[in-house]
Amino acid sequence: MDWSIISFLEYDFMRAALAAGIAASTLCAVVGIYVILNRIVFISDGIAHAAFGGIGLGYFLGSDPLTFGVASALVTALGIGIITSRSKVSEDTAIGVFLSTGMALGVILMSLSRGYAKDLFSYLFGNILAVTWFDVGTILVLTTAVLVLVILLYKEFLLLSFDPVYGEAVGLPVRSLRLLLLSMVAFSVVVLIKIVGIIMVIALLTIPCAICRQHFRGLPGIMVGSAVLGTVFVTIGLIISYFFDIPSGATIIITASATFFVSTFISR
Amino acid sequence: MTAISIKDMWLFRGDHPVLEDINLEVAEGDFMGLIGPNGGGKTTLLKALLGMIKPDKGSVEIFDLNPVAARKFIGYVPQKNTFDQSFPVTARDVVLMGRYSRAGLFKRYGQKDKEEAEKALRSVGMEVYAGREIGSLSGGEQQRVFVARSLVSNPKLLLLDEPATGIDAAQQTEFYNLLSRLNKSRGITIVMVSHDLTAVSKYVSKLACLNQRLYYHGTAELTKEDVEKAYGCPVDVIAHGTPHRVLREHD
Repeated sequence: MDWSIISFLEYDFMRAALAAGIAASTLCAVVGIYVILNRIVFISDGIAHAAFGGIGLGYFLGSDPLTFGVASALVTALGIGIITSRSKVSEDTAIGVFLSTGMALGVILMSLSRGYAKDLFSYLFGNILAVTWFDVGTILVLTTAVLVLVILLYKEFLLLSFDPVYGEAVGLPVRSLRLLLLSMVAFSVVVLIKIVGIIMVIALLTIPCAICRQHFRGLPGIMVGSAVLGTVFVTIGLIISYFFDIPSGATIIITASATFFVSTFISR
Repeated sequence: MTAISIKDMWLFRGDHPVLEDINLEVAEGDFMGLIGPNGGGKTTLLKALLGMIKPDKGSVEIFDLNPVAARKFIGYVPQKNTFDQSFPVTARDVVLMGRYSRAGLFKRYGQKDKEEAEKALRSVGMEVYAGREIGSLSGGEQQRVFVARSLVSNPKLLLLDEPATGIDAAQQTEFYNLLSRLNKSRGITIVMVSHDLTAVSKYVSKLACLNQRLYYHGTAELTKEDVEKAYGCPVDVIAHGTPHRVLREHD
C-alpha cells in the first residue's frame, strides 16, 4: 500500500468524492448559517429523515431515489410550515410526526425491494465513494442556484433571521421567504445524504458554521470560513477513511465534531 | 392633520373579542402613552396600526391612508425581542434594516441608505457604536439602535412597544428624553405602549388605557374609574400634578 497522502487521488471515485465534498461544503456553509440563525436545526433534521420516505419510494419503483428524496423533503418542508400555521399542532410535534413517518415509509418500501440491507446502510450513513460525476454536476447546479438566491436576497434573509416581527411590519414577505429557506434546506439535505447519510446530515450542515461563528464577525466571513472548514473536514475524513478503511461519513463527522469541541474550548 | 384615526374597530381571536369597539383620534405631533394590563390588546392594537392584522369590523386610517399604504410614514420599535445576543450583525446593519421598505426586493442598500443610517445613528447618539456588534451593546444602547432603525425611513409616526423594558433606571430617563426631543423638535407623532405609568405620565401629552376597550378622553389624564375598569381591580391613582402612581392593591 502506498502511504503517501496524494496516492488516494489516483482513483477516479476518490476525485469525484472530493469534488462532491467541496461543492457540498460550499452549499452547507451558505444554508447552514441560516439554519443556525433561524433556529431551524430540528426542522432541517426532520426534513432529512423524512426524505428517506421518498428515497424508499424511488428505490421501490426502480427509479432515481434522490429525485424522490428531494420531492419528499420539499413536501415535508412545506407540510410542516402549513400544518403549524393552520392548526393547533406545534412545530416540533409536526416535525416529530413527519420525521418518523418518513423513516417508517422508507424502511417498508425498501424492505419490499431487493438488496435492502446494503443500500439501507449507505442511505443512513452515507457513501461518498459511490458519488458519480453526474452527482457532482447535480450538486454544483444546486450550489450555484442557492448562491444566486442568497446573493439576490441577502438583505431579506438577514432581516428574516434577525427580526421577523419587524420584517413583517415593514412589508417583508416573511412567510414566502421562510418557505424558500426551508426549500433550500430540503435541497441541501438531500445532497448531503449522498455524502454523510441521513443520520449525520445535520452535523455537516451546522458544525462548520457553528465553529466559524465563534471566530468570525459578519455573515459573509462566516460563510466563506465555513466553506473552507467543510472542505477541510471532508478531505481529512476521506483520507482517514481511505487509509484505515472506515466508513467515510463517520470519519468526516468525527473530524468536524472534534474540531468543534476544541474550538469551543479555545474560544470560551 | 390627524395621524391616527380608528373608527368602531373590533378584532376577534376565534369567538373572543381582543379589541372591542375602539375609537381613537391621534393628532399630528401628539405623544401618546398607552397603558393597560397584560393581554389587554396593546400589541394587537399596534399591529392593527401597522396593517399586520386586519380589523374584523371598523376602520383604521394613518394620515388618511390605509395602514399598509402608510407604512412608509411609520417607524416601529417592536417589543424587546429576545434576539440571539451573538447574532453576527453590527449596529449599522441593524439600522439599515429600517430602509428595507425603501430599497425593495432584490436591491442592495445604496449610498443614500447608508447616509441615512449614519444620520439616524447620530440622532440617537450612537454613531460611535456603528461598527459594534449589536449583542455587545447594553440594553439601553441596543434600544437606541432600534429607535434609530425606526427613524431611518424618516417616519412621521413612531410606534413603540414597551421600549424601556430591560433598560436600567438611569438610562431610562435618558431614553425618554430622547423620545421627547424627537417629538418636540422633529414633530414626530409618537404612540408608546408602556407598563410604567410613572415614567409615561411625565413625558406624554396624551394618555389612554386599554383592556379590550379603550379608555381615553383626549387628554393626559385618566379618571380613577377608567383605570379601575381597565385593570379590573382597585387601583390607587394619585391626581395629576403630583407624582403619578398606579398601585394595585393585593386581594
